Amino acid sequence: MPIINNKELFPTDYNDRILIEALKKTPQDIIYEIRESGLKGRGGAGFPTGTKWNLASAAVAEKKFVVCNADEGEPGTFKDRVLLTDYLPMVIDGITLGGRAIGAQKGYIYLRGEYRYMLGRLENYIAQMISENRLGNNILGTGFDFTIEIRLGAGAYICGEESALIESMEGHRGEARNRPPFPVNRGYFCYPTIVNNVETFASVAVIISKGADWFKSFGTSKSPGKKLLSVSGDCRKPGVYEVPFGINVKELLKLVDARKTKAVQIGGASGYCLPRSQFDRTISFEDASTGGSVIIFNQTRDMLSVLKNFQEFFVEESCGQCTPCRVGNKKLLDGVEKIEQGECSISYIRELMDLGRSMQMASKCGLGQSAPNSFISIVTHFENEIFSSR
Amino acid sequence: MLLSEKNAMTEEIEELCSNYGSYRESLLPILNDIQLRFGYVSEFAQQEIARVLDIHPVEVYGVVTFYSFLSPKRLGKYIIRLCRTISCDMAEKSSIARVLERELGIRFGETTSDMKFSLEYTNCLGMCDESPAMLINEQVFTKLTPHRVAEIIRKYK
Ligand SMILES: Cc1cc2nc3c(=O)[nH]c(=O)nc-3n(C[C@H](O)[C@H](O)[C@H](O)COP(=O)(O)O)c2cc1C
Ligand code: SF4
Ligand code: FES
Repeated sequence: MPIINNKELFPTDYNDRILIEALKKTPQDIIYEIRESGLKGRGGAGFPTGTKWNLASAAVAEKKFVVCNADEGEPGTFKDRVLLTDYLPMVIDGITLGGRAIGAQKGYIYLRGEYRYMLGRLENYIAQMISENRLGNNILGTGFDFTIEIRLGAGAYICGEESALIESMEGHRGEARNRPPFPVNRGYFCYPTIVNNVETFASVAVIISKGADWFKSFGTSKSPGKKLLSVSGDCRKPGVYEVPFGINVKELLKLVDARKTKAVQIGGASGYCLPRSQFDRTISFEDASTGGSVIIFNQTRDMLSVLKNFQEFFVEESCGQCTPCRVGNKKLLDGVEKIEQGECSISYIRELMDLGRSMQMASKCGLGQSAPNSFISIVTHFENEIFSSR
Repeated sequence: MLLSEKNAMTEEIEELCSNYGSYRESLLPILNDIQLRFGYVSEFAQQEIARVLDIHPVEVYGVVTFYSFLSPKRLGKYIIRLCRTISCDMAEKSSIARVLERELGIRFGETTSDMKFSLEYTNCLGMCDESPAMLINEQVFTKLTPHRVAEIIRKYK
């Protein structure tokens, strides 16, 4: 099912003639427009896209690369699937514009193994683009050469992390690298590389066609534009929604027809759990920030089993490279099981909260740094519920 | 493994290498294809891939064991992966799990003795709005009900 509401940012009748107009612009003009729009990365971290592209464009190297991150592994996220299914021309044009902006001739789409069923369609579309000279050599007579290749993952959440993704593309285990150096300076085979989310690229195509001012007319001053949310869990109308940044949780719940809601998980397993008392918080980078995942829990749900599900996820998906994450997640899961069996003291819970905070500081990559968020927020907000029944 | 099977495997790997190029970055594409075609990446296949890419077999083994969709152990012709992450969990994934176990006569983590089906859990498939969801090889099935799952399995049998 395509995007459910609005469709202003992602219109179903996207005009693909904008590519030729856009490619006539200089790389500096493209980057300028993206910087002006205030677009921030849609994959979760929210780094300003224009700044990233500017850094990669300034890097001096004999080759550069564009990578579209279609690993979409965060629990509760599925908007990239919808973009790749129903809005593919915008995604591909956005990647091409990224190549033009930084001076790359090659782009990759890193597609998660779970989405292998899309592979044939994506490859056919790229082949069609090449036959129409919208990809390939001297695209539409503009003198710009650019092709896109698809790389398939093989079932590893950590490969969504940009440096692990690059390791995976190079044929290694998906183990995160130390950063810095950042991919914009040393990425794929040490060449300057921009890694961006699928939605970021699709947004670029729209910004270039409709202008930064139009884009900025939506959202808040710190979070301009609109965002796709993947909504699932206890609601009548799950699916992908296009909302302006700044919408609050209550408004969102109404939109998706959720009733008797007890809690909302913003940002997937690595995000935070908001209790009812915080439903006036807004979806935005400055408040409740999310790469798109919104999971709704109604009053019948047991928050401890929700937490256990998240914690099992992290134990399974940790790449195991560094101790705080590998051992810490295991310890947190043990703690959850102890609570379940009614064997956990409040003082031990306090120790586990401290452990969680250490993991946030000491883990090597975003997985371990954000894994304790669920534990900390669920235990903080639902301590009474968790302990009173056990 | 029979000699003829070994030769066929070597041929397959050499062909994949000439398609993708004998570079380190071709490793994952080659492994994905071998996995898809044979249902696993055998020790012999790992050694052959290492030989043609000119890397140590341990490197290949390290990669095969890292990714959950690659297996050094032989799996069934159809690998069923049921999503156990939160949205599917809340949508009664456990009743789907029971139907699968009953219909196939095996538990999660096992393979049927005729090597036709393997049953595994996996994490979020990006189908949470249509939960519960599962994969059979690369094919995705959503909005599962016990009745539908039994139907689907019957078709594959
Ligand atoms: C464990 C982990 C998983 C991630 N998974 C994804 C993902 O599936 N898709 C994605 O776009 N970004 C993911 N990211 C964020 C990427 O590292 C990176 O910030 C992003 O691709 C940059 O693109 P953007 O600026 O357009 O958001 C993940 C990060 C971490 C730490
Ligand atoms: S934080 Fe976790 S996923 Fe990241 S490098 Fe360390 S062990 Fe690996
Ligand atoms: S939780 Fe099962 S598909 Fe996302």
